[in-house]
Amino acid sequence: MSENKPESGPTVNPRVTWEGCSVLLDINDGDRLVFARLSAGSTLKIGNKTFSLQPLIGCPFGSLFQVESGKEKPYLSRFIPPTEENNVQDEGGCQLQEESRDNRAIIDNNQAQSLTGDDIDAMRREGATGNEIVEALIANSATFDKKTQFSQEKYRLKKQKKYAPRVLLRRPFSRSICEAYFKKYPARIGFLRVDALSLLLSMANVTANSDVLVLDMVGGLVIGAVAERLGGTGSVCNTYLGGKPYPMEIIRMFNFNNEICKRVLRCSVNDLCAVQNETSEQVSQHEDVCTMDSQSDEKISLSVSTEEVHLSYKNGVSDLVPENELSTTGKTCKTPKAGEKAPKEAIQSWKENGFSSLIIAAPEQDAWSLVKDLLPLLTYSAPFAIYHQYLQPLATCMNNLQLEKMAIGLQLSEPWLREYQVLPSRTHPCMQMSGSGGYILSGTRAYSNTSQS
Amino acid sequence: MLLMDSSTKISFNRCIRDGDLVIVYERHDTMKAVKVCENSVLQNRFGVFKHSDWIGKPFGSKVFSNKGGFVYLLAPTPELWTLVLSHRTQILYIADISFVIMYLEVVPGCLVLESGTGSGSLTTSFARAVSPMGHVYTFDFHEQRAASAREDFERTGISTLVTVGVRDIQGDGFPDQFSGLADSVFLDLPQPWLAIPSARNMLKQDGTLCSFSPCIEQVQRSCETLRSDFTDIRTLEILLRMYEVREWKMDHSKVDDGNSTACPPRKRRQPSSEASVGDNASSPAVMARPSAETRGHTGYLTFARKCVS
Repeated sequence: MSENKPESGPTVNPRVTWEGCSVLLDINDGDRLVFARLSAGSTLKIGNKTFSLQPLIGCPFGSLFQVESGKEKPYLSRFIPPTEENNVQDEGGCQLQEESRDNRAIIDNNQAQSLTGDDIDAMRREGATGNEIVEALIANSATFDKKTQFSQEKYRLKKQKKYAPRVLLRRPFSRSICEAYFKKYPARIGFLRVDALSLLLSMANVTANSDVLVLDMVGGLVIGAVAERLGGTGSVCNTYLGGKPYPMEIIRMFNFNNEICKRVLRCSVNDLCAVQNETSEQVSQHEDVCTMDSQSDEKISLSVSTEEVHLSYKNGVSDLVPENELSTTGKTCKTPKAGEKAPKEAIQSWKENGFSSLIIAAPEQDAWSLVKDLLPLLTYSAPFAIYHQYLQPLATCMNNLQLEKMAIGLQLSEPWLREYQVLPSRTHPCMQMSGSGGYILSGTRAYSNTSQS
Repeated sequence: MLLMDSSTKISFNRCIRDGDLVIVYERHDTMKAVKVCENSVLQNRFGVFKHSDWIGKPFGSKVFSNKGGFVYLLAPTPELWTLVLSHRTQILYIADISFVIMYLEVVPGCLVLESGTGSGSLTTSFARAVSPMGHVYTFDFHEQRAASAREDFERTGISTLVTVGVRDIQGDGFPDQFSGLADSVFLDLPQPWLAIPSARNMLKQDGTLCSFSPCIEQVQRSCETLRSDFTDIRTLEILLRMYEVREWKMDHSKVDDGNSTACPPRKRRQPSSEASVGDNASSPAVMARPSAETRGHTGYLTFARKCVS
């Protein structure tokens, strides 16, 4: 593949949103995650209200927004949280030593709060901000002062989330996309947890200028993550069994520029394995079938992706259909397409040089039957990493690779990940934990005299 | 090591040359980095290997000694390098390394600041992640270790991507020239909270920071300090559990004393089907079990993002 000098600087890593970009909205500190595409018409629903996302365009990623009551209706407004005042921490320190309160006298009978729902609505109509409502609730709670300091903080946070929800504007990256999917729709990504994904990328030595062969049946998440690491150099070959590529709707979340999209190519396993003479004929035959199929596939996968976000906002449909919508309205920001059919020169180059590494993420398939066909396409000493939800298929695969002497340095591993809550006097591992992120078989292709080039 | 241009890229057409760095693989836990030199030899328990035999062979080849023993010659990668480099300090291993790179959102073109350099294990992976347009500036207060790290980066061919500085980051902070330019900062220091204010100045808005600490007290103190200017503060730990795989021929044959009173009464006896499964006995099964020994702890990873103002 030609090694063009990739785009450098801000365009590779934009830190400010633009019209048409894909974003991840984090509502109330991780409680809810929504993917969206920013445009004048896109909206977000929180509770029973709908908010326009227009204020988010042109803001830096990482900006925080809070619901504010406007003249006509509530809107999202840019919010800069006050930096933690030192006296709060000091106060906390003092009180920790004096904390004598506990909950022995607090009875949970739902009668502590004297403000009613109607009172709160009235306050809203008069233009009270979310924070003012929260303070009013605290003032009108009979049991608030009796609570321990920790309990008070928890109470305040809970009320704030309900009456003054906050939205954090996040940049979609492999990390945030994987975490969001793992939380919301783990089955779509085959329960591939973010640490397992990171291991796949490392173990397969994904780096600039490499030619990575990927068999991705997890919605395109792995292809996207690989393309991100290539940064507009090298190539990713999205391969698939049969005649139709697997859906890769997740790639659209990444905000890839043209240069990166160009590097994501697709080619069926048959075409990759075919002998040179046959290739050209088969390729042209396949081409027609593939383009038609992939177009219909795309429509299907597009509606799938709009559906999932549709759960959260109404105008979703128009915002997630990139080319059709944009071309009819004549907007200049056209979303570049990744996953074009690999041209003959690319296939030729891959065959001559071999791929520099292989990643397989096919959680429902038998690993050995895939590896058998794909490993010979790798150059010698190329690393590979195979992800599976279940241990057994990888164990069998590992055993076969050893018997056939196809690989060395074989390792079957399972990542374990635990998060901690770190707060003064309240540090401990989190109560909830992910039980499994899948298994990974990794190794290096070995050269033996019987191997065919 | 890194595929900076087509001459270093591994491929069917690229064979081992004089001057290449290869990883000599004896077993999965016995590997060594060797620079190929036409007139040199490698001596190990398998015998004597002449480097000249290696030249012209593809990476991944099996090569033989004068006694008929063999080793494999692999192309170096940051993962293999982590396993063979000389430990001047405790290093990070693949599980922590790969997670840090993903969680810090390091991609080509990024500018990464790191302290301390240690043995350069993580630094090598950072270099891979920012290649080809980015850069890693790494600092260590120990002059000799900084020099050894520089040598290693030359050997592995990543010195154009990494700059090693000798500096006490805890005491003096990062150099002002990087203010507001860093995409990510990584700290592996005994008292990281002393370096956090400087890290904050170095980072772009929404830039990512990670601090690696073995002890929970260090984590608590770091988090307290982070709360003023950082958000999305998360502390995690990651471990990798290995499995051993074995083929086991399970013996299905029935015990040959059908008259024994110990056998349960057989009302529904189907001799034909029993015979088909039964006495010929073995069906190989591949079984996996977790390795008996595993690492219990490496360190806590605390991540945070610089607040947007």
